[in-house]
Amino acid sequence: MPTAKALIIFTALAFTPLAAHAQYSDGVIKIGVMNDQSGTYADLSGQGSVWAARKAVEDFCKASTCHDKIEVIFADHQNKPDVGSNIVRQWYDVDKVDVVVDVPTSSVALAVNNIAKEKNKVFLVSGAAASDLTGKACTPNTIHWTYDTWALANGTGQAIVRTGGDSWFFLTADYAFGHALERDTEAVVVKNGGKVLGKVRHPFPAQDFSSFLLQAQASKAKIIGLANAGADTTNAIKQAAEFGIVQGGQNLAGLLVFITDVHALGLKTAQGLIFTEAWYWDANENNRAFAKEFGAANKGNMPTMVQAGVYSAVMHYLKAVHELKSDADGAAVVKKMKSMPTDDKLFGKGSIREDGRKIHDMYLFEVKKPEESKGAWDYYKIRATIPAAEAFRPIDQGECPLVKK
Amino acid sequence: MFELIGVPPQALFGQLLLGLINGAFYALLSLGLAVIFGLMNVINFTHGAQYMMGAFCAWMLLTFAGIPYWGALILVPIIIGASGILIERLFISRLYHLDHLYGLLLTFGLALIFEGLFRRQFGSSGLPYTNPIPGGTNLGFMFLPWYRAWVVAFSLTVCLATWFMVEKTQLGSYLRAATERPDLVQAFGINVPRMVTLTYGFGVGLAALAGVLAAPIYSVNPVMGSNLIVVVFAVVVIGGMGSILGSILTGFGLGVVEGLTKVFYPEASNTVIFIIMAIVLMLRPQGLFGTPK
Repeated sequence: MPTAKALIIFTALAFTPLAAHAQYSDGVIKIGVMNDQSGTYADLSGQGSVWAARKAVEDFCKASTCHDKIEVIFADHQNKPDVGSNIVRQWYDVDKVDVVVDVPTSSVALAVNNIAKEKNKVFLVSGAAASDLTGKACTPNTIHWTYDTWALANGTGQAIVRTGGDSWFFLTADYAFGHALERDTEAVVVKNGGKVLGKVRHPFPAQDFSSFLLQAQASKAKIIGLANAGADTTNAIKQAAEFGIVQGGQNLAGLLVFITDVHALGLKTAQGLIFTEAWYWDANENNRAFAKEFGAANKGNMPTMVQAGVYSAVMHYLKAVHELKSDADGAAVVKKMKSMPTDDKLFGKGSIREDGRKIHDMYLFEVKKPEESKGAWDYYKIRATIPAAEAFRPIDQGECPLVKK
Repeated sequence: MFELIGVPPQALFGQLLLGLINGAFYALLSLGLAVIFGLMNVINFTHGAQYMMGAFCAWMLLTFAGIPYWGALILVPIIIGASGILIERLFISRLYHLDHLYGLLLTFGLALIFEGLFRRQFGSSGLPYTNPIPGGTNLGFMFLPWYRAWVVAFSLTVCLATWFMVEKTQLGSYLRAATERPDLVQAFGINVPRMVTLTYGFGVGLAALAGVLAAPIYSVNPVMGSNLIVVVFAVVVIGGMGSILGSILTGFGLGVVEGLTKVFYPEASNTVIFIIMAIVLMLRPQGLFGTPK
């Protein structure tokens, strides 16, 4: 027996490196897009992200010679970490998926983050927000692409405190994402001389916010920070209007707002909201062209920054894998991705840091008034561009173990 | 100023009132369920989807036909109620001779199909619906939006009218008699199957009405019903399956309990109702207002 075991190990050792360097595992580059296909985040990620991943493959293969077998598959994690973990284990172990992309809902993303490391695969996060993914929880297998809670807090929080919004009350979704967003925003508020008067954690998802809004009203804070997303945010904003929060002299800060949320609220309710995003469809010619194609395939909706981020991430992944001529060793692929500057039509030139943080400009947007909007989906005006160097948490402050001090 | 268990009384009054308002939705929805269960012995899991369809129908009437909120309040229950009648005739009526469980599975399946269809057509993030009565009044301890005051008053009226109709009128007595002995009632020359069909349509109409009431204040999206229906079922179980007065009182009462939980321990606000349900089931399995069978 011992000899047989030794023989197997020897054979494995002898052939694995060869396999890893000479070819694509199973002959296929398999991209798994996992996100919310049916719940509150389905419009901001969902099938739109799947489309974006397929589009990236198509564009990559048009521009350069590509491997003849690249597949994109997708699954619904229902915003549940256990469901997401099961799918990803199945994907990595049985279905031979090489890279998992998107994964909104931070609690699910943090679970997948561990599995990707354990299996030495690649994980490209576009949908999830928790900055822990490039902080304490960073791994050599994960890249956080589009945005994170630190960037949102930094962009929106700073802008608001500097224009006089120096006392805050938080309405926080009670799970990993909400906690991270609240924590990062609170840090920015305090750093800029503001103070936090109170906070309340609401269940996710919640429908009625009136009780929490009443508590926020009673706190007399100038700013009510919404550390939540999707329908939670739109419900809170809708009901804040109803309860006369803004007429009462308090203002809302939507800390994570997507264009689909603005669409759901309508400009009449959403006007004047200020928030940070990484991408807007109407910002330049390239984006508009992409959005036009996206809309044609997705019921006329415009892409969110999450979906644009999926495109950009898959594009860069394909470049790295084709340079390596292998997708077998996840950590090696991510290392390659970090060593190459990023460049694609949607996010332009950028880079990936050692801690896995993708770096690009972020934007502070303000929602237009109904009379300023020229047509469907014409919702944002740019208040400020936050340059890439300032947009994300400095690498030495994240406590990522990969970063040598 | 004195404080009550660490909370200023003003805040407490505010939360009590808000709880009552949310309770109005629970009451209206659980009332529909109770009517359907009490008179037909069908556990209608499509109720949440029908509430959602009510909200969407109001949006469609406004967007495509220009019919405002007040028109929707009358038209939507009729339209969705009619769709309910169709569903009862086509599907549910075939299951009356079987166990409750089959009806439950059927209506649950239908709910999933409806939600899926609406998601496919309208997406998941929701649609805007303008508040028909903006503004409100300052009560001293809280700002009461006119619209919420309207919701409480209106749903209380509808609940009491329904209770009166079922318990105190001749029509109601036919209905109740048909539940006990359909064969006997039929022998008196009353068309029992038609009465049952109309009862289902009425219960569905109540769900749709709650949907219209919800549209201006909650996000109109395909899952708005499935988030609520589980809670509403708990309300019905606590009140006593089929008890009409029970579902109304429990609906308002649990709204208040939930509201208070949001002040003292917000993290538990979506579980408190289920804790109460567990306790009630242990101590009084027939529910607070139910009669043991």
